[in-house]
Amino acid sequence: MASTETAAVAETENPAGTAAPGSDLHGVEAGLDALDAVQVQRTPLTQVLRQKVLPPVLGVLLVLALWQLVYSLHVTPSYKLPSPLAVWQSLQDLWYQGTLFSIVWTSIWRGISGFVAAVVIGTPIGLLVARVRPVRAAVAPVLSGLQSLPSVAWVPAAVIWLGINDSAMYAVILLGAVPSIANGLISGIDQVPPLFLRAGRTLGARGLSGARHILLPAALPGYLAGLKQGWAFSWRSLMAAELIASSPDLGIGLGRYLENQRDSSNMAGVLLGIILILVVGVAIDLLVFSPVERRVLRSRGLLQTSR
Amino acid sequence: MSTALTTPNEAPVLADRSGAPAVRIAGVHKTFGRPGADAPVLDDINLDVAAGEFLCLLGASGCGKSTLLNLVAGLDRPTAGTIEVAGARPALMFQEHALFPWLTAGKNIELALRLNGVPRAERRPEAERLLELVRLAGSYGKRVHELSGGMRQRVAMARALAQGSKVLLMDEPFAALDAITRDVLHEEITRIWSERQLTVLFVTHNVREAVRLAQRVVLLSSRPGRVAKQWEIDLPQPRRIESACVADLSVEITEDLRREIRRHGQH
Ligand SMILES: Nc1ncnc2c1ncn2[C@@H]1O[C@H](COP(=O)(O)OP(=O)(O)OP(=O)(O)O)[C@@H](O)[C@H]1O
Ligand SMILES: [Mg+2]
Repeated sequence: MASTETAAVAETENPAGTAAPGSDLHGVEAGLDALDAVQVQRTPLTQVLRQKVLPPVLGVLLVLALWQLVYSLHVTPSYKLPSPLAVWQSLQDLWYQGTLFSIVWTSIWRGISGFVAAVVIGTPIGLLVARVRPVRAAVAPVLSGLQSLPSVAWVPAAVIWLGINDSAMYAVILLGAVPSIANGLISGIDQVPPLFLRAGRTLGARGLSGARHILLPAALPGYLAGLKQGWAFSWRSLMAAELIASSPDLGIGLGRYLENQRDSSNMAGVLLGIILILVVGVAIDLLVFSPVERRVLRSRGLLQTSR
Repeated sequence: MSTALTTPNEAPVLADRSGAPAVRIAGVHKTFGRPGADAPVLDDINLDVAAGEFLCLLGASGCGKSTLLNLVAGLDRPTAGTIEVAGARPALMFQEHALFPWLTAGKNIELALRLNGVPRAERRPEAERLLELVRLAGSYGKRVHELSGGMRQRVAMARALAQGSKVLLMDEPFAALDAITRDVLHEEITRIWSERQLTVLFVTHNVREAVRLAQRVVLLSSRPGRVAKQWEIDLPQPRRIESACVADLSVEITEDLRREIRRHGQH
């Protein structure tokens, strides 16, 4: 053994007691580990409530107050701008008629099943386009083009091809959501550091097992962003389709309810419809996508917990 | 040259070259782009690494060290020549830890075990054994971002060992670490090398690091990369990077490295 000075202080700091006699470096190592370990703390609940929940609630209250103010000042006639209370009344009416749940559920069910179908179709397309060069050259521009086309534009075509029925609704959802889901996955894969792919290959992950163990998990943040946007597109295109296409076969969803209220010039109902569409869209994002996204980012150390 | 200066539990000072080599690099050329038109990065590299040898590849920046290591790792093919590696696919460690941030430290190691065909029930205990080997017994559930740079490289070392190969390729694995952490990791890698009787091919451009670690130092020339000179380092392990004999030899090797680099300024 080399004759070296022993670092007695460092030695005692080694909790595992693994230091071999004479190897003072192990004490140094334990000290370094203790010094360098990154402490990850979660923010306490009260702070989350104060910083994340309170401001949007205040914002909504402010909008309501302004609305009430404008109404009370009689700036516009009340058939154009009913009071918040009148809208609340319409909501109660729907509730007592027992149709509130069925209207909201009709749309949510369509939206979710269309979205799931879009995920099932968009994911393999995204994988294929991202990884196979000729496919990419041919399909990638089409996908970006489709993504910038408002999917309402497909409603007339879908109605002529498929008739005024659920298939047409789903077609419009798919045309809106599939491109953004596929594009999200593509950009997620493009952003995977090549180092991970090389590391995966040296570990023996090639082909399908490489996609499963390395590529897809590495691309997950981009994929999730695409899913989130895909949901927003699904929901928007569905509402547009429901507004435009009318048939007893379709039942009454939120879009149809909104259009019916317009037919009967019931502004309180129209506002209620708009608010319900907004609430559902935001709620799904807040309850489903945001928590998943935050979890993924936090577990990878990509989320700043305190600002 | 002195031999058998070994104390129990320690590796021999010089590699035993009587058996079949663990890595045989024969007549390897590598050209990126069109052969003939573009200048070769590697030109006729011949190198045998004995089983159980610790070899450091030294050379100026851009001389093709990583290229050679990638060829040995099978990540790329040589333009000409052959590379034979005994046993399974060699393990490779990069300058960056290359740990997967979506997995914990333990799961990173388990993924390597899984891809190596280790049955599910044995993965967890084996991963914990490997973490213990790199002195990170308590870090199984830690995420990559919760570990310090030195700890990450030790997990990466454990993951490389999980590949079950006796041949370990390391591409400047400690270059990004501070001096004290690097010192500690030098100690770890020499201990693990001799405990597990690994064959290590270690790339660095730090001469002292090479002398601290290696049984043999190979100097590559630049453009084209060729084996310029070799040294057998017959200093007994464990060595200290600050010791006088390491420093003396480093001065000598650095002189050659400088001469190699200067050669390019003259044309
Ligand atoms: N994929 C590639 N395509 C074209 N040229 C490459 C490629 N990879 C490496 N090179 C070239 O080959 C030469 C050697 O590169 P290499 O990365 O092997 O050097 P190195 O010795 O590892 O350098 P460093 O010490 O900076 O890591 C460089 O001139 C580099 O530009
Ligand atoms: Mg390199």
